[in-house]
Amino acid sequence: MASSHHSLAASRWRIAIALTAIVIVIYFGFIALIAYQKEWMGSLIAPGLSVGILFGAIVIVASWLTTWFYVWWANHHYDAKLDELKREGR
Amino acid sequence: MMPPFLLQAAASSIGKPNAVAMSFFFFFIAVTLGITYWAARKTRTTEQFYAAGRSVTAGQNGFALAGDYMSAASFLGIAGLVSTTGFDGLIYSTGWLVGWPVVLFLVAEPLRNLGKYTFADVLATRLQQAPVRIAAAVGTLSTVIFYLIAQMVGGGSLIKLMFGLSYETAVVIVGAAMIAYVIFGGMLATTWVQIVKAALLLGGAAALAFMVLLKFGMNPLALFAAASAKYGTGMLAPGKLVAIPLDTISLGMALMFGTAGLPHILMRFYTVPDAKAARKSVFYATGLIGFFYLLTFILGFGAMVLVGPDAIKAVDKGGNMAAPLLAEYLGGTPFLGFIAAVAFATILAVVAGLTLSGAAALSHDLWTSVVRKGQARAGEELKVARGAALVLGVIAVVLGIVFKGQNVAFMVSLAFAIAASANFPALVLSIFWRRCTTQGAVASMVAGTLGTLLLIWLSPVIQIDILKHTAAWFPLKNPAVVTIPGSFLIGIVVSLLTSDSKAVDGYDGSVRDMIDGARAA
Repeated sequence: MASSHHSLAASRWRIAIALTAIVIVIYFGFIALIAYQKEWMGSLIAPGLSVGILFGAIVIVASWLTTWFYVWWANHHYDAKLDELKREGR
Repeated sequence: MMPPFLLQAAASSIGKPNAVAMSFFFFFIAVTLGITYWAARKTRTTEQFYAAGRSVTAGQNGFALAGDYMSAASFLGIAGLVSTTGFDGLIYSTGWLVGWPVVLFLVAEPLRNLGKYTFADVLATRLQQAPVRIAAAVGTLSTVIFYLIAQMVGGGSLIKLMFGLSYETAVVIVGAAMIAYVIFGGMLATTWVQIVKAALLLGGAAALAFMVLLKFGMNPLALFAAASAKYGTGMLAPGKLVAIPLDTISLGMALMFGTAGLPHILMRFYTVPDAKAARKSVFYATGLIGFFYLLTFILGFGAMVLVGPDAIKAVDKGGNMAAPLLAEYLGGTPFLGFIAAVAFATILAVVAGLTLSGAAALSHDLWTSVVRKGQARAGEELKVARGAALVLGVIAVVLGIVFKGQNVAFMVSLAFAIAASANFPALVLSIFWRRCTTQGAVASMVAGTLGTLLLIWLSPVIQIDILKHTAAWFPLKNPAVVTIPGSFLIGIVVSLLTSDSKAVDGYDGSVRDMIDGARAA
């Protein structure tokens, strides 16, 4: 029983680490561009829309999408496995 | 002839007693005290006091988390920063949001399943009670006190600016209301104050943004284009806020990992029935907070174009009055009054959450678990918790008055840096790493707290801006880039050098509980 708990914990851990890494890369990518590529971030794609503003909005949307993906995965896959485990435990 | 900025300031009714603002304000106080009265009758046990009887739904907790988190700094501060510097303010908007995915992925569910009331409960599941609880309480109380001082001083000056009350009166009113919510209504009252505030703040900000966009054909890009036409394309590009690149990265790290170490946020996960509800509540909170930060883009640029940076700075040098001035421009004195009352509610909800989490650290972690070794008499912990809330509230008021007129902006970054460096690494190590020992966790928390305090002291913020020295020993304004990796490293090295067989043996049991949620069902 302990080992199936560990493998379930490990599957959640892998997803959690991967998603955290994605958020870190996106956000610190944004910050690094602000810090080291100021001019490019200020260049205009359309009137009123600079690269930086677009990327800022993308960071916010990416935060939504990654949390949505995690909650979707946990509600469907993780919880189903957890219910199975609890039934076996009884 | 009057200089132009005086003419501008005279044109605004900010700072004059405003009947609409006063009525909204008294209405809010009456409603929240009514909620507190209702909650007080349902708050008889420690579980009800700290965790609202675990009866809060995921949706309610999502709103309450948003209400706990969106402080006056994010509403007035970011709108002000964007309106005066343009793009730079957006660094804060994004940074304050990206902490939430981290909260969801790494801490929300393990925390809910392993603990009862405080994040120290999680550490204490397999580490030695007394040392980890004392160290965690030090981290919690440092975070809470610095955050409280910043809110009190900021709140006092804002209310003075908006209502024309004296600074001391404003601080005392905030303190009295927050003490009443927490002592009588506990977590249930605090939760509903936060929900009401979140609804008001989101509604107010959305209405304001809508009215701005009406003037630009409902097209945000037309607004940004107007800003760059009027004040230069530099407004849409990174500017002087990011003079030292490493400082920007350090600030980003504090914002990103600090959220997952804020005691008042972590405590909210104990108010829901189970880990699934905790998970869903972060999803709702992330949606609400992200929406709010997108609105700050519109409010900030709206204030820049419609009110103008000079007029904003003439009323308050820091730019904090940008959103209220924008409200006055668009909706006259009544709308200004509404937004002013919303800002007041914003401060109240945040300080109530902070006070409650500080009281829990004092009573649950220090008194019951360390002093009484878990053997407190029935009802004793609840009395101690209420006493602790009163003491913390009084301390907050006194410090708020002592720090009047001081530059306390650095205290919010200090609170985030301590949360990120003292609380977050120890929490993550103890949840995910079998070899984590009591000594390792304690060393990490102590080093995180002391290291952050020391480096902030040596930073330009204190040495140059406040003490007026010519140079600072530590070059960065925010120490997180050093202290977060540092306290992870110290926690790992000390754990590897020490042995704690109880902690290692207890890991399998804690993994099982982390999944099953057997501890505080």
